[in-house]
Amino acid sequence: MFLINKTEIEDFPRFSHRGLLLDTSRHYLPLTTIMDTLDAMAYNKFNVFHWHLVDDSSFPYDSYTFPELTRKGSYNPATHIYTAQDVKMVIEYARLRGIRVLAEFDTPGHTLSWGPGVPGLLTPCYSGSHPSGTFGPVNPILNSTYEFMSSFFLEVSSVFPDFYLHLGGDEVDFTCWKSNPDIQNFMKEKGFGSDFKQLESYYIQTLLNIVSAYDKGYVVWQEVFDNNVKVRPDTIIQVWREEMPVHYAKEMELITKAGFRALLSAPWYLNHITYGPDWSEIYMVEPLEFKGSPQQKALVIGGEACMWGEYVDSTNLAPRLWPRAGAVAERLWSNKLVTNLDSAFKRLTEFRCELLRRGVQAQPLNVGYCEQEFEQT
Amino acid sequence: MGPRGLGLLALLAALSPRSAAASGPALWPLPLSVRTTPRALHVSRENFSVSHDPASSAGPSCALLQEAFRRYHGYIFNLDKSQHGPAKRNSAVELKQLLVSVVLDSECDLYPNVTSDESYSLVVKAPVAFLKANRVWGALRGLETFSQLIYQDSYGTFTINECNIIDSPRFPHRGILIDTARHFLPIKSILKTLDAMAFNKFNVLHWHIVDDQSFPYQSVTFPELSNKGSYSLSHVYTPSDVHTVIEYARLRGIRVIPEFDSPGHTQSWGKGQKNLLTPCYNGHKQSETFGPINPILNSTYSFLSQLFKEVSAVFPDQFIHLGGDEVEFKCWESNPEIRDFMKWKGFGGDYKKLESFYVQKVLDIASTVNKGAIVWQEVFDDHVKLQPGTIVQVWKFQSYSEEQAQVTAAGFPVILSAPWYLDWISYGQDWKGYYKVDPLDFSGSPEQKKLVMGGEACLWGEYVDATNLTPRLWPRASAIGERLWSHSNVKDLEDAYNRLTVHRCRMVSRGIAAEPLYTGYCNH
Repeated sequence: MFLINKTEIEDFPRFSHRGLLLDTSRHYLPLTTIMDTLDAMAYNKFNVFHWHLVDDSSFPYDSYTFPELTRKGSYNPATHIYTAQDVKMVIEYARLRGIRVLAEFDTPGHTLSWGPGVPGLLTPCYSGSHPSGTFGPVNPILNSTYEFMSSFFLEVSSVFPDFYLHLGGDEVDFTCWKSNPDIQNFMKEKGFGSDFKQLESYYIQTLLNIVSAYDKGYVVWQEVFDNNVKVRPDTIIQVWREEMPVHYAKEMELITKAGFRALLSAPWYLNHITYGPDWSEIYMVEPLEFKGSPQQKALVIGGEACMWGEYVDSTNLAPRLWPRAGAVAERLWSNKLVTNLDSAFKRLTEFRCELLRRGVQAQPLNVGYCEQEFEQT
Repeated sequence: MGPRGLGLLALLAALSPRSAAASGPALWPLPLSVRTTPRALHVSRENFSVSHDPASSAGPSCALLQEAFRRYHGYIFNLDKSQHGPAKRNSAVELKQLLVSVVLDSECDLYPNVTSDESYSLVVKAPVAFLKANRVWGALRGLETFSQLIYQDSYGTFTINECNIIDSPRFPHRGILIDTARHFLPIKSILKTLDAMAFNKFNVLHWHIVDDQSFPYQSVTFPELSNKGSYSLSHVYTPSDVHTVIEYARLRGIRVIPEFDSPGHTQSWGKGQKNLLTPCYNGHKQSETFGPINPILNSTYSFLSQLFKEVSAVFPDQFIHLGGDEVEFKCWESNPEIRDFMKWKGFGGDYKKLESFYVQKVLDIASTVNKGAIVWQEVFDDHVKLQPGTIVQVWKFQSYSEEQAQVTAAGFPVILSAPWYLDWISYGQDWKGYYKVDPLDFSGSPEQKKLVMGGEACLWGEYVDATNLTPRLWPRASAIGERLWSHSNVKDLEDAYNRLTVHRCRMVSRGIAAEPLYTGYCNH
């Protein structure tokens, strides 16, 4: 017999952006894996699926404007892609669970897989006076680059209905740009000197203008802010670096002081695994623990647990995500004062068994058992 | 490591432990000698068969090989998702058959042991390939290697290159430890682990079956042990379950060594066996807590005798693991009866002597039931008098090479686990660290080095159950599998990475959710 106690509950989330990042470029994730993750997100009241669709390693997004991107950039264009139908299915599956899909197309770095499908897009690196054969970030000095980005982001803006797009902007390696003589000339022309952050800035600003014209807002990684790129005031900055250039709490302070909204991810890189119950460190993070006025703190709209894919695919994603991501979920939903670890441990342990019962391959928090174990029958 | 029927071939094997650089198949662990040619043969799912050579000492009545033939046919051909085979090209030469020949007495209906001969030779040429082994154990290892040689070319045709392989393991004890006390592991999970072990040529399942937290082993003699000590009545291994595991393992050439760890790690035993554990004292009053097994009562030893009599009948392996690790002395020290006993025995204040007293009696019990004993290193470190032949398992990471040197200098065989605690996860490619370990990397004579029987990858269960066991074990344990099987000069990390990524995808295609080594993909 099923029972429920007479209860009255009033509830609303502390933060409005409670996200989970999945990386489908380092390893392709089958649709079922993505949908199972959306189910588990719903059980945890996560409401944003940050889909890091493409990166250096592979380009699984099936672009209808530039089909060569997928044909040449995916691991296997027959099997390791997300068709327009797939993407629609994910967006609707998420919507039915009250989950937004925040798509990320990270540029100008992290774009090696874009190169084969769009010749001329990436910067050719030079060894002395000759091209070395390797490529670097997107080439910021060519008009063709911006024509491509215009068309590409027109498609992306119409495929993904959320107001926000994530435009990346992290970890741009300047070495290749530095080596390229055309870029060196451009730098001279523009008066950037040898400050490549200004070139990066130039690229990103142009990109942001393109995307704004499509009536989209954007989220970017913190480097865009750190490198003084001029961005619109309603840009959201995602903080991911733990110690550099400053401790993440300090970064949150700087971003909100400058009037931008912030998303916290730095202490929540769930792909960083260690021995033992690390859920408690994840849980004890306080997103507003930095020096700032109430107005500043109000600019922190939430955070995201990140599951980068270098070492993760559908064989180990679920146990690595759950129940650890649950610690982030409570931190972002519940009242600031809910910090008792004993209570959290008790509830999270029971919740983990409930996840198992619902078919989520959530791993154990510590020694113990569930009535019905995974794969028991 | 006794005499081999394939003596001359073994000599050849010593010459070239590296495979020729052939792209296509990736072998794991790398066999002792692989000579491959570019001559490709086609294999047809409909026509190809694995059969007993008429000269073999084993035939259709050998269930172990019959099952293996069927299983490997499935592993080889179920890779192909298409319903019908691709068109055969005219110029193709076909491999029609693999003939398996067991040279000496097959041992088909026996249980494997530490001296079992796992050597084999494999000659692949059209139209019939030959797998020759002294015993069925080598035939099993050879079948696994054979299944790794077959690949699908770009047309989807099953292909194998003509080649000549001679193989045998460097170490005879290559184990995986699973812990079913911290978390119950459903039988399905244990059987899957045995499958994966066979893919990696592991040959020992060290079953750490009970511990403080729970007692899932259903004892016929003492049913209350699991009635009161298991997590719940559905978290129990019945005699039938245990038998299933043992037979499933046997069919894969895997020994099952149970561990009933004592006198520490026994909290769960006290729930179903009153007066077994030591009552701890707070001053003169009994506290409500219990410590290790009470070593001063006769009832303790009569209980253990009966339990081990049952265990020795249930588990056919020659060896039993008696544990003996991490014994906490505080509770013994607090107990007045034990203090009296210490005085009476003249042990002074040295509780290691009491531990020793207990462990010796358990070792005697093991001898009485005709089992060899394996113990954790504390038993050696704390100077327990050990019978020659007792195997010491080295698990403490700090100075483990010195420990190996000391144990072997004293004449005892060693199983190495210290650098291979797979429950200690970290970010990144930690398989490389496991791979780089050499079990003979300590100061000692050749006689001492011969005492290293092998090693075990340990997956303790505090944070592990069926939800995350497989990706946590594989392919990290595979690195250890090659270290224990292959020649000591197989060390190139880049080559290992290339082969291991293919091997990992192969495990995934065979239903083992082995996690990725790094960024990339599998072809399915």
